[in-house]
Amino acid sequence: MRYLIDNPATVLRLLGQQLWLTLTALALASLFALPLGVLAVRSPRIRGPLLGILSIIYTIPSLALFVLLIPFMGLGFAPALTALVAYAQIILVRNITVGLLGVDPAVLESARGTGMTAWQCFWRIEVRLALPVILAGLRVAILTTISIGTLAAFINAGGLGTLLFTGVAQSHPDKILAGAIGVTALALAANAITRALEGRAIRVVRGNGSGG
Amino acid sequence: MGAIDIEHVHKRFPGFTRPAVEDCSLVVESGELTVLLGPSGSGKTTLLKLVNRLYEPDAGRILVDGTDVRTIPGALLRRRIGYVIQQVGLFPHLRVEQNIATVPQLLGWPRLRIDARIDELLDLVGLPRSYRRRYPRHLSGGEQQRVGLARALAADPKIMLMDEPFGALDAITRARLQDEFRMIQQKLHKTILFVTHDVDEALRLADRVAVMRTGRIVQHDRPLAMITRPHDDFVRQLLTSDDVLRQLSLVPVAAVVGRLAGAPAREGPTMGEGPAVRASDSLRAALSLLLQSGAPALTVIGNGGSPVGRLTFDDIRRAVLASRAEAQR
Repeated sequence: MRYLIDNPATVLRLLGQQLWLTLTALALASLFALPLGVLAVRSPRIRGPLLGILSIIYTIPSLALFVLLIPFMGLGFAPALTALVAYAQIILVRNITVGLLGVDPAVLESARGTGMTAWQCFWRIEVRLALPVILAGLRVAILTTISIGTLAAFINAGGLGTLLFTGVAQSHPDKILAGAIGVTALALAANAITRALEGRAIRVVRGNGSGG
Repeated sequence: MGAIDIEHVHKRFPGFTRPAVEDCSLVVESGELTVLLGPSGSGKTTLLKLVNRLYEPDAGRILVDGTDVRTIPGALLRRRIGYVIQQVGLFPHLRVEQNIATVPQLLGWPRLRIDARIDELLDLVGLPRSYRRRYPRHLSGGEQQRVGLARALAADPKIMLMDEPFGALDAITRARLQDEFRMIQQKLHKTILFVTHDVDEALRLADRVAVMRTGRIVQHDRPLAMITRPHDDFVRQLLTSDDVLRQLSLVPVAAVVGRLAGAPAREGPTMGEGPAVRASDSLRAALSLLLQSGAPALTVIGNGGSPVGRLTFDDIRRAVLASRAEAQR
């Protein structure tokens, strides 16, 4: 614990780096995943191959992918971000697809029947009702991004993983402990926040949401 | 020209050899309820969905109030046409009041007007106003369909499309909703196209019935005419036209008593004897009452509550024979 107590500024700086990497990766990943998920729902012929390709990407070991990207992108933030965005795709796209497909067809038909435009159907009905499943995917994606993102320190992307790698190299158990505690705290906090959001979305969908 | 004119409409779905709807023409008069009746797969629902452009026809055209529906953007068209489906399809994440307000909101009504309209509709469909704040899952199946009906009526559309709206309800709830719906229709006079495979429901509610079979309209007629003069064996079997009791259930007592209009004076002395039956009741109910009570005659009570005539077993027999003779002509 000594290291953590003696160097709070360093640990906080690394935590900040990792938080930044995690959040940009998730934002960027969602930007790709949302249209891909909608595409998978709208055209069943694309769905299978798309999810297949995304799962293959997910099976590539993370350290291998980081190293593979070095010739193209060098070291640091950019290859780490690229890898994290790629890994998150299958989790996000699959949950968006499952969530949207799970919306009761009768509800959709009556939404169209009342004269909602395609966009109104999508935004006011489909997305709202699919939200619990989509958020469940987001939660798993966040936890995956935090854990894989920790390894990104290996290619100089910073973050709390730095403490783990240098701690091992320098046989400095206190450093390793500080890194481990930091990452675990980050993951637990992210889990708690997204779980709360998920619970709220479930209550809304079930029809006993905000304000009873 | 009717409120809905369907002219030689064809629709074939990709991957099917047989068209779902084949050369269908149908006029739905303004203020009337026309039932599309037929076995499943006969194309009733497809024809219905062609009217509000949930499906597009391959050929032919459909006019609503004289306007070709293809000239109106689908979403705008559907805001002008009430739509009720069997599975109700209420939005589970929205309160009853928000569900009902859907179309008025899409049309941009001011909030106060929507608010007043929601109360009006809850009264109309027989739900307490306290239901406004509830969510659909807290309602029974029958209550949900009442909300579904209120949602469809919200913007006061002239035309309603109803796809087996009472099909998923238990028998008792269904009968009650049919009765209430008939009263609502008597008040509002909407132009309604109503899909069902339930013959009793069709005969109970319809001003006119269009029987469909394998994508075609086989016969389009008033219920009684259809039962007494079925176009072919298919219609005869579907409507069980040979069932005399069913025919009687479609004829009001008034139709027979009307022929005795001049009689009351002659039969004066016996007036007021025997159990009472309302002039609006069916002959079937009257027959049942005659058999049950063992009385030789029933007293017919008019709308005002006073006796207007007598009905004997013989009157009913003559009515049946008359309709038979008419059918053979």
